[in-house]
Amino acid sequence: MTVVVSVASVVEREFPPVGPYVVSAAKVAEFAAATRYAGSGVPPTFPIILLNDAMLAFLAEVGLDLSRIVHGEQRFSYTRPLALGDELTASLRVASVRSLGGADVIGTVSTLTDASGAVVCEAKATLVHGGAA
Amino acid sequence: MNEFKAQRFTLTRADLVRYAGASGDFNPIHWSERTAVAVGLPGVIAHGMLTLGLVGAAVDTWTGGAEVLEMGARFTAPVVVPDDEEGVEVTVAATKVTRENDTVTIAMEVRCGETKVLGMPKAVVRDGA
Repeated sequence: MTVVVSVASVVEREFPPVGPYVVSAAKVAEFAAATRYAGSGVPPTFPIILLNDAMLAFLAEVGLDLSRIVHGEQRFSYTRPLALGDELTASLRVASVRSLGGADVIGTVSTLTDASGAVVCEAKATLVHGGAA
Repeated sequence: MNEFKAQRFTLTRADLVRYAGASGDFNPIHWSERTAVAVGLPGVIAHGMLTLGLVGAAVDTWTGGAEVLEMGARFTAPVVVPDDEEGVEVTVAATKVTRENDTVTIAMEVRCGETKVLGMPKAVVRDGA
């Protein structure tokens, strides 16, 4: 229950940005191979690398255990395709926390910006903490 | 736009390790049977984002590399990956393709065996055709 309270207290809080992260050809090739992506561009789910770092920072901050987290939902909307050389920064905000069957359901919204400060991608994630899937 | 033929992908434990390294997601439920079972899962499961990555691969193949404007899904059932050589097969099938103005919306069904593993997987791409 203390966990529920501590998570609920972070709603609407914005966590310190993570990055800058430089999109490199080598990392894109590695990620594409791992997801069977055969295209020439950057795979659309590539931002998860940086979003994962932002999530880990958030979990550490509020004292949640990664192994108790199950990913419930993920949505991306893109302003433009990612490109090699992009310097990306991710800012994570907790949009909602609700309790469901003994688990905390945490809604996060992360914004990826490039070196100019322009938004490249917005990512919404639902993280389920505590209950088995 | 190419023919929207269902795309099949085989996942083994090695593929989960490869994805863990590529993505930086080292949650032990994706490689440790002990941890997965301890938190109530049936066994080691694939990263939801790996399954969504396969969706991205399928969409890219179908559309010939069209610009993706939106993509997402709910992770509704775990993709349990056994510790054997065969692994499991994940199938990504397009169920409805809607063209509107300059976008194409692709609704999908993603299954592991007979089980639907994603809820409302959807992609919106720019219509280059």
